[in-house]
Order: sequence, then C-alpha cells, then structure tokens
Amino acid sequence: MQRSVKLYALSTCPHCKCTKQFLSDCGVKFDCTDVDKVPKEDVAAIFEEVKRLTSRCSFPTIVIGDKVIVGNREDQIREALGL
Amino acid sequence: MMEVEQLYEILRKVQEPKGYFFNKDKEKVFELLAGLLANKERYGYMCCPCRLAANDREHDKDIICPCTYREPDVEEYGSCYCNLYVSQAWNEERIPHEYVPERRPDDRFIF
Repeated sequence: MQRSVKLYALSTCPHCKCTKQFLSDCGVKFDCTDVDKVPKEDVAAIFEEVKRLTSRCSFPTIVIGDKVIVGNREDQIREALGL
Repeated sequence: MMEVEQLYEILRKVQEPKGYFFNKDKEKVFELLAGLLANKERYGYMCCPCRLAANDREHDKDIICPCTYREPDVEEYGSCYCNLYVSQAWNEERIPHEYVPERRPDDRFIF
C-alpha cells in the first residue's frame, strides 16, 4: 500500500511546483495544500501543523508516512517513498 | 499589470551592478518573477514568492524582495533562499548548488 503523502506548498513557489511535478511523475498520489490559497481563518492552524512537524515554516514541506522532508530534495523524497 | 519581461529588465539593471545576478535558469526566474507580481497584486507589495506572507507590509518588510536575508545567503551559499538572485560563481557552477535553508527567524512568522 502506498504511504500517505501530504504536501504543504505555496502556489507562487517554483520549488513547490517542482515537488508537485516530481511526485506526479513518480505516479504518487498526494494531498496538497497551497497554504497561501487557504482562507485566512484557516492559515494559523495549518501554520501550527507545519511548525509542529518541522519546527520551521518552510515550503515545500512533504510528509511521507512518518517522515517529514523540508525543501524540494528529490533524493530524500525518493528514499522516503522507497523508490 | 507589469509583464515579467519588463520586471526582469528593470531588476537586472539595478541588481547586477550590486553583484546580484539572476539565476541563469531563466524559466525558473520568470516563474519567481510571476510569483512576485502575483504577490504585488494580492498583497500590494512584492513579498517573497517562496515564503508565506502575513499580508501585513510592516510585518513582512524583511521578506519583501530582495529580502533582508539575500545578502548573507548569497554570501554563504551563493544564492538567495529562492534561487532567484545568485552570485556569478554560482551561475558559473564554480561553487556547489546547495539547498539554502530558511534564515528568517521562526518568531518572524506570525499568523
């Protein structure tokens, strides 16, 4: 079974775009939130979640199973996906 | 609304004499500049396209492009956080293209 993959991204960020493309190219299904596009009242909760996961606020943040990767680091993403 | 090409030329003329060059990957640069223009449209200022804006100019002033962190990042890594502005050595691949970690202090992010 595929590990659940959650991506926190920004719609204006090319690094995030590369991660989306990379996951798609790998045939990985993922749940993506463009944090800059969510309603203002929901941003704080998502921000707190990203901060809890990474202790930072940096995008893209990718959650693969129990692994958390900050940045478009394809080798780390590949490893976490078991590819 | 200003076009990406116009913004590219305006910024290039100002920034190159200061030693900050656009990444030679023009496609990526144009994406970043389009992000800056999108942020200008929705926030009223050209906030960094790779960071979450608070939609408050005063609060975001350190991440209005070029951000406060560009100078130390280009100094240390040869590139800013977004890989928009780089050094000549970075473009000529005389230094490694490392991941540039977020330098903005955590407590500057408030939502």
